[in-house]
Amino acid sequence: MINIFEVSETNKMISEENLDVRTITLGISLLDCIDADLDVLNRNIYNKITTLAENLVSTGEAIENEYGIPIVNKRISVTPIALVGSSACKKPEDYVTIARTLDKAAKKVGVNFIGGYSALVSKGMTQSDEYLIRSIPQALAQTERVCSSVNVGSTKTGIDMDAVRLLGDMILETAELTKENDSLGCAKLVVFCNAPDDNPFMAGAFHGVTEGDAVINVGVSGPGVVKRALEKVRGENFEVLCETIKKTAFKVTRVGQLVAQEASRRMNIPFGIIDLSLAPTPAIGDSVADILCEIGLEYAGAPGTTAALALLNDQVKKGGVMASSYVGGLSGAFIPVSEDQGMIDSVQAGALTIEKLEAMTCVCSVGLDMIAIPGDTPATTISGIIADEMAIGMVNQKTTAVRVIPVIGKGVGEIVEFGGLLGYAPIMPVNKFSCADFVNRGGRIPAPIHSFKN
Amino acid sequence: MKKTIITVVGKDTVGIIAKVCTYLAENSVNILDISQTIVDGFFNMMMVTDATASAKDISVLSAELKVVGEEIGVVIMCQHEEIFNKMHRI
Repeated sequence: MINIFEVSETNKMISEENLDVRTITLGISLLDCIDADLDVLNRNIYNKITTLAENLVSTGEAIENEYGIPIVNKRISVTPIALVGSSACKKPEDYVTIARTLDKAAKKVGVNFIGGYSALVSKGMTQSDEYLIRSIPQALAQTERVCSSVNVGSTKTGIDMDAVRLLGDMILETAELTKENDSLGCAKLVVFCNAPDDNPFMAGAFHGVTEGDAVINVGVSGPGVVKRALEKVRGENFEVLCETIKKTAFKVTRVGQLVAQEASRRMNIPFGIIDLSLAPTPAIGDSVADILCEIGLEYAGAPGTTAALALLNDQVKKGGVMASSYVGGLSGAFIPVSEDQGMIDSVQAGALTIEKLEAMTCVCSVGLDMIAIPGDTPATTISGIIADEMAIGMVNQKTTAVRVIPVIGKGVGEIVEFGGLLGYAPIMPVNKFSCADFVNRGGRIPAPIHSFKN
Repeated sequence: MKKTIITVVGKDTVGIIAKVCTYLAENSVNILDISQTIVDGFFNMMMVTDATASAKDISVLSAELKVVGEEIGVVIMCQHEEIFNKMHRI
């Protein structure tokens, strides 16, 4: 039988170390909503989401109360809208109406974000894909809860540089349209390489076309729990360090597995995957950078950071896969700047640059995340940053992403405030030299060779 | 059987167990096991209970016990047993 020390350990993780289930995300296929008439399409989408997700929030709250574990977010992901709207949408404005429908449905069922305003263009764009991408700035400016993502490359197809070029412009335009709110729109737009179909985390969640009609995916978290566990093994060797991270990741993931199974049973919707991510929040003690410091770095960004992060990421996965048979999504340590107090401190101390962050993305989950850059950064430079990050994902067969926020009207060193889970960030300097001629070439970068690995 | 774990954490004072047990008896919750210790200077009590016969479900019991705890200055949590089994047992 469970003893008092085990009970006390679990409850301490929850009350003092910020252990929580970060999100229950309900994936919904909208393929059966497709219609050539835009009004019918919008109505179908609204009805399907509000019907299937009707009890999502109340189910999540009931589980929270019964098990005493906070479930921070309840969210929805849908089939990439570029596919759903392709026969009804004849211009970018048509797509914006779907964004407004998604926003309305999200508000009706009470979820804080809905993801899937997305296009998958890793090899090329159809006309409707391009309409959707061109509609993103308006869609994000006119809605509150809609999140957008575009997959512009993969290991199997290479990188669609036309889409990369276009997204540089769209990111700037989104920043411009939402400049009253420190260009907040860009925080809801992610550019991917090798995007997973079952990611429950925003802003990059969408319900892939290989998925079933509806599915429950759960994202766990717990940087604070790992940090606290590591405090007890200061000065010990790497073996002890790795063991400690693995054990902690196991425990955290088991809670996620329990919540996922319960949510699935109660809503009668199949369980998909657990995403084993260490997702930080701006709350004190809920930081991935703090774990890196606990491992032995003065600040995140110091020499040794990439190795420490590689180790952390790998041990989280090794502990987590034992705890759940279905692991998917992004599964790794997130390193957003604005959402992690330790990362913000590192930037302000001058320890962390975009270039070091780029190196860190080679060994961890996702990529350049929630990084505020000067508002006068040229679109081609943003495209260049995206292309670099996509190349890392393509060659290393991993998911990478870019979520940068060019803050209109602000420059290096100034602070932007996004609020809530998105946090705040100091604006980081970007390399001033031009890559315009490279980005403007047009076409695509071919898929890499899969032999002669060096 | 609806097994729940009730934990009480806080400063030790007279009548904590009496207060909690009275509430449980009034709500037909059977106590299967009680253990108590001092962790980091704090009074810690854990009860394993069976709420099958209770008319109230766990979330209601949990909310009401929280209020009982506030009255006597301790933190009371009532949770489904499964969260602890999942985390600490393979």
